[in-house]
Amino acid sequence: MTRSVLLALAGAIALAGGICAFTLTAAGAKPVSYKLPDETAEFKPGPNLDVVKNNCTACHSADYIQTQPRGPKFKKDFWQAEVNKMIKVYGAPIEEADIGKIVDYLAATY
Amino acid sequence: MLDRREMMKRVGAGLAFGAMYGLSPLKAFARDSVTLPFDNGDRPLVKVPQKRMMIGQTSRPPQLETPFSVFDESVITPNDAFFVRYHLADVPLNIDPDTFTIEIKGKVDHPLKLSLKDIKKMKATEIVAVNQCSGNSRGFSNPRVAGGQSGNGAMGNARWRGVPLKAVLEQAGVQAGAKQVVFGGMDGPVSDKTPDFAKALDLDHARDGEVMLAYLMNGRDLPVLNGFPLRLVVPGYYGTYWVKHLNEITVIDSVYDNFWMKTAYRIPDNACACVEPGTAPKATVPINKFNVRSFITNVADGAKLKSGGKLLRGIAFDGGTGIKEVAVSTDGGKTWKTARLGRDYGKYSFREWRVPVKLTAGPHELKVRATSNGGQVQPAEATFNPAGYMRNVIETVRVTAA
Repeated sequence: MTRSVLLALAGAIALAGGICAFTLTAAGAKPVSYKLPDETAEFKPGPNLDVVKNNCTACHSADYIQTQPRGPKFKKDFWQAEVNKMIKVYGAPIEEADIGKIVDYLAATY
Repeated sequence: MLDRREMMKRVGAGLAFGAMYGLSPLKAFARDSVTLPFDNGDRPLVKVPQKRMMIGQTSRPPQLETPFSVFDESVITPNDAFFVRYHLADVPLNIDPDTFTIEIKGKVDHPLKLSLKDIKKMKATEIVAVNQCSGNSRGFSNPRVAGGQSGNGAMGNARWRGVPLKAVLEQAGVQAGAKQVVFGGMDGPVSDKTPDFAKALDLDHARDGEVMLAYLMNGRDLPVLNGFPLRLVVPGYYGTYWVKHLNEITVIDSVYDNFWMKTAYRIPDNACACVEPGTAPKATVPINKFNVRSFITNVADGAKLKSGGKLLRGIAFDGGTGIKEVAVSTDGGKTWKTARLGRDYGKYSFREWRVPVKLTAGPHELKVRATSNGGQVQPAEATFNPAGYMRNVIETVRVTAA
């Protein structure tokens, strides 16, 4: 099973658990067990979406992309710089062949 | 009170929402959202444990912004409304305060491992201090820049209780030749290729007696997402230094040069920390103290008010000299009226202010301008730097009186 399928499945299961799943199980000086709610942001449909999901979602949710500035100045160069940053600075293990595909998706979709 | 600048949008129609995002409609049930007043400013309102409804900037790593109306409720920002900002997705979700320890090591005579109980046995101090994200208000940057696209709610003011870092360092015995102190927390990256988050302060700053290891926030345990069970409090400094889930303090005899100090969180090395858009700074320094800011909290942009008398109120703060004066204009900055400052909770706190004004019928540009005791005044025009840090332009609220 691919990571994206697993993620989708995890989302669906958590969703079935409903809103009440977001509870804090302990308070005070006892061990604290915290649960973050499920992610609601999804990648927009677009070319190479599977490549994007496989490379980006291990480290961050889709809203990191969704909320970035838009417009003609925020197309290919902007997204190329962001993908480069993910690789060079944050060590994202993105294969050479995938870089262009990811940039194309981001520039075409956001 | 709900801000017009964060106008609520009821998205009751799950079907429409679902279709838009290609999700099952179930997931989109009666979700509320807000629109921050810049392009692409739609954000969901989200509910996470220990927090009230917050502006959902991102979900993983989590970033939650305080709805601006909270700042009109009280000078202290409640724990359940305090903003949240993580860099890395491995957030500690299971924390046992009884087994939690913090290590003090490096260039010290007596390396220490202290439990939370040990820390709480030490002499405690309190301070009211603002924590503000370096990128607070980045969404207003002109031109826009990459990064977290916050409105003005990535800030908050709390009463912190804990022990001075100075006392802990004294106990460990800092060795001669030490230069900086490095802080690490329990949160970390998902990949071991990603630089772990750690920040450093110069030794003199670290032992100024004000930098604190805090275990209480407004009289209660820190919320998990604000750094439970212990966080660094660096009064007057941007939030990047306020390391959460603090469990590692290392004294070093060099200048720390990891990614988070050497490459990220740098500002132009000049008086305005600014450059012309499209140009690169000649030299940079690590971001440090807040600049002076002020906000009107009880009137939102676009409000329709009754003409006649109106009491304006709000908050002001700076990087630790305290607020000298707040002035308000109802005519777009042509004339100014001095506000009366509220109770002084200390030089690192929000300072409340209020001022009665008269509004004639018609449109008005309300402006608020703070001056610090250090002589810093908010600029009339926004400055720019490539990372979108430190916005502190005089804020403008446009209203119509009738």
